[in-house]
This record gives sequence, C-alpha cells and structure tokens, in this order.
Amino acid sequence: MFKASVPYLFLSPFFLLFGIFGIFPIVFSFVLMFQQWDPVQGFGAMQFVGFENILFTLEDPWVWKSLANTFWLAVASGLPQHLVAVPLAYLINEKLQGSRNALMGAYFLPYITSTVAIAMMFTTLFSTDYGLVNALLETLQQWPILSWLIPKQHIDWLGTPETVKPVIALVVFWRYLGFNLILYVAAMQSIPRELYEAARMDGAREWRIFWSITLPQLKPMMVFSLTLSVIGGLQLFEEPFILTGGKGGVEQAGMTTAMYMYRTAFEFNDFGLASAMSWLLFLMIAVMTWLTNRALGPQQESI
Amino acid sequence: MAVLNLGDRPVGPITILTLGIGALAMLAPFYFMFVFATQPRTEIFSMPPPLWFGEAFLQNLNILRTKIPLWRNLGWSLYVGLMSTALTLLFCAMGGYAFAVYEFRFKKQLFGIVMATMLIPSFLGMIPSFLIMDFLGWIDQPRALYLPGAAPAMGIFLMRQYILSAIPRDLIEAARMDGCNEFRIFRSVVLPLLGPVFGTLGLITFIGSWNNFIGPLIVMRSVEMYTFPLALRSVQSPVDTEWGALMAGSAIAVLPLLIIFIFSSRRLIAGLTAGAVRG
Repeated sequence: MFKASVPYLFLSPFFLLFGIFGIFPIVFSFVLMFQQWDPVQGFGAMQFVGFENILFTLEDPWVWKSLANTFWLAVASGLPQHLVAVPLAYLINEKLQGSRNALMGAYFLPYITSTVAIAMMFTTLFSTDYGLVNALLETLQQWPILSWLIPKQHIDWLGTPETVKPVIALVVFWRYLGFNLILYVAAMQSIPRELYEAARMDGAREWRIFWSITLPQLKPMMVFSLTLSVIGGLQLFEEPFILTGGKGGVEQAGMTTAMYMYRTAFEFNDFGLASAMSWLLFLMIAVMTWLTNRALGPQQESI
Repeated sequence: MAVLNLGDRPVGPITILTLGIGALAMLAPFYFMFVFATQPRTEIFSMPPPLWFGEAFLQNLNILRTKIPLWRNLGWSLYVGLMSTALTLLFCAMGGYAFAVYEFRFKKQLFGIVMATMLIPSFLGMIPSFLIMDFLGWIDQPRALYLPGAAPAMGIFLMRQYILSAIPRDLIEAARMDGCNEFRIFRSVVLPLLGPVFGTLGLITFIGSWNNFIGPLIVMRSVEMYTFPLALRSVQSPVDTEWGALMAGSAIAVLPLLIIFIFSSRRLIAGLTAGAVRG
C-alpha cells in the first residue's frame, strides 16, 4: 500500500506547484474574462459582465494596433533568424572543425544574457545625439555616394514610430539567432554522411548538395524551430517593454499585445479586460502555430 | 581531416571572413557595454564615442549606488537564484526519478501532462498569478520568485533522460535487496550519481533566475526588494539617464553569465536545446 504511493510522492512537488501556480491561474483568468474587476476593491467588487470585456477588446483600436505591431515584429525578427541561421549552420557544420565551438559560442552568447542589460546596451548604441550608430552614420555620411543615402540629421531611433520597430526586431534577431543556429547544427549532424558521399560521388556541386540534401533533411527541424519562433515572437514582451520605457513608444509603435495586456492590468487596473486580451493572444498563437505546421507539412515527433 | 574529405574545396577566405565578421558583430555590443562601463557619461556622449576602456568604472558604480541599493539588489538576485536552483534540482530529480524507474498507474498520462505544460504560454497566467501572490501575501517576498517555477517540465524531462541512461537499475535493485527504503535509495544511491545533470540543469536554472525580468516586475514593489535587472531598469529615466552608471550595472549583470559561459558553454548549449533536439 505504502509502496504503491511512492512514485506519486516523488511527483507531488510538480503537481502541487503546477496546480497552484499553473492550472489555477489559467482557470482564474478564464473566469476573469467575464468579470469587471479592479482588485484594489476586493473580491466583493467582482461583477459579472458576460461578453462585455471580449467585445470591448475586439473594438479597442489599441488592441488591433498592438496585434499589428506584434505580427510585424514576429515576422521581421523571426524570418531573418532562420534565413541566416540555416546557411550559417551549414557553413559552420561543413567547413569548420576546431573553431566550431568557439564560433557557435559567440553566436549563442546573447541568448543567455539578461534582457535588461541587452536593452540598456542597445538603447545607448541607438541614442540620438551621441549613440554609436548615429556616430557611424555621420562618418559614413561624409563619403561621396553614401551622403546621398544617409540623412544629415541624427536619427531618433527609439523615438520615431518608423524606426523603433526595426530596432526592436534587430535586437530580437540578434538575441535568438544563436539559439536557432545551434538547433540547425544539431539537426545537420544527424543527417547520414552517406547521403553526402553518394552525392559527391555523382559529382554534385556544393550548392546543389545544400539545396537537394541538407535542406530537405532539415525540414522537420525547420518546422519545429519556426514554430518556436512563432510562439515566442507573438509573446514578445521584455525587449520592446524595456526599449520603449514600458510605454510602447511614440504612437504606441513599439507596443506588443503582451505589453498592452500588462499595462491594462497593472497600469489601468482592469483585470477583466486584460484577461480577455490574454485569451485573444492565446487564440492567435494557437491559430498561427497550427497554420505554420499546416503550411509546412506534417511534423516529425519532437519537443 | 574531416573538413577536407567533405568538400573538394578547402575553407575559402570568404567563408572565414563571413563567419568571423558575423561573430564579431554578435560580440560587439558586449564590447561596447564594457567599454562604456568604464567611461564617464561625458565621454560616452562625446564625438567620437570612446572605443577603448577608461578608468571611471568605480565612479560609475558610485553613481549607481546613489540611485539604487546596489548590493541589496545583487544580493536578492543571488539569493533567489540559489534558492530556485536548489529547489529545482531537488524537485526535478524527484520527478525525473519517478518517471525513470517506477511503473505505476497513469504513468503515461501523467508524463504527457508534464510535457504538455511546456506548451502553455507564460503570459496566460500572468495576471491571476499576481492575484494569487497578493492573496498569499507574497508581494515583495523572494519566495514568490523561486517557488512557483521550481518544478519545470523541462528539468523533469532532462532528469528522466539522464537517470534512464546513466543509472544502472541493478544498483537500485541491490540497494533494495539490502533493505533500503525507497527514499533512502533516492537520497543515498541516486542523488550522488546525478552530478553531471545537476550541473547542466543548475546552470540553466540559475541563469534563468538571474535574468528573470517579468517575474520580479509583477511581484516586487519596493526598490529594496528588487532583483538586480529590475533595479537596473528603474535607473533609466526619460531625461538625464546616467548612462555610464547604467552600463556599469549592465556589465555587472552580464559578467557572471560570461564567466559561466566561458567555462561551460558546451554543457549549457546541450542542456538548453535538449528539449528540442530529442528528435
């Protein structure tokens, strides 16, 4: 009798913590979606409002703006990661031996670094008056042809709606490139060598080998890591939050849906509305994940 | 050499150049962070900006200390990181051990549930999590940061894989024969053998906790209780930010990670991508 319960006892910390801090909050947030509630007033102030929060969310122009921002950022930061990581992984995997780990380490380092530190650093680099990026542009501006292309005034990168998004996307790209690179290198190492040798025997060129052997063999990993990028990109919070000082920047150009949800709850104290937003975002992520997998074909067992 | 039997061409200079420039571009922001950390604000904001280290690091640190209780914040970060690491190692070892060595009812289903929790996006529970913390009176309490996430599914999975592959079942059987009870076996036979995976999971957990921003953003209300990243962010203001001090702070936040990474990058990379490359 006692013995039979041993495995469950070993598992109890997980299920206890998951029950209290995992499942319960999600159920709670589902309930909150149908309530109007400012928690400062206590539980008694909770008021059932039916679908009002959901309708309000769907009519809120800031919600749509934040969703558009989020999709823009997810695509602009996510797609380049894979377009760069795949060829880069191929070069590293096929051409390098001794320096491979050091090089992968350099690309991977941003991934394990504090977002706050990263965001502070990029804020300095992109600051208007004396930031390194503007200083560099000013130097380049003095060259003959480039002077036509580069504006004379310093660019207020983080204070202009048109440039704040690309800067955020760049930071996210820089941060997660190495993670994808490692995934792709690992996947490439599991491609059977015989395939390459046979192709070489037949006289295939390097480019052809990459295109006809590596890429098709890499597909399951591409589906998987693209899915991770979709899920991660749509939840984007920390990078834009810190880079725009928590407010989303001029004209909310850098405000993602997760940020807007946070502000609705903790700045505007509307927890019901914020819950409705979180479920809307969840729905978006589920749909996009499904579409990604649908578009790219059946996925091999992973995760 | 393996490099050469693959390609009929050796590594070309263009390849080397591309890879090298790419790597430098990845590292450049870190370089400037450390350079600016040692420069006074007036230098950072001069034309051209400084490209080499200065001598103002301590000066920057002193400015930072006037803005935030620096050592307290660092202390909390360290404390939360260590607590979260210790608990995570214990709970994940327990969970992974159960899945690796026991046969029990609903094992498959329970394992499925554990794995499925990895797919739940964290923002979904963010708002009610805050309410729970508030209800429990855990606002401004470090345990609000290290307890809720102390049994991550990824860690349980990592432990299970390791125990399956590295701990001989005979050893456990032998201990059982000798009359050890199940908890004694876990404590005295299994735990001491988990060193390598403890290293990997411990590092991942500590780094995650050290960098955690959203967690403290939601539950920590007073500057005295802020973890370091949160305190650092509070220094930034729309006008007149002390950039030298901020860069010094950022450098302090990054330095431990850099040191850990230099000594254990392979293990870290393997651990952080373990869930993904299982295939």
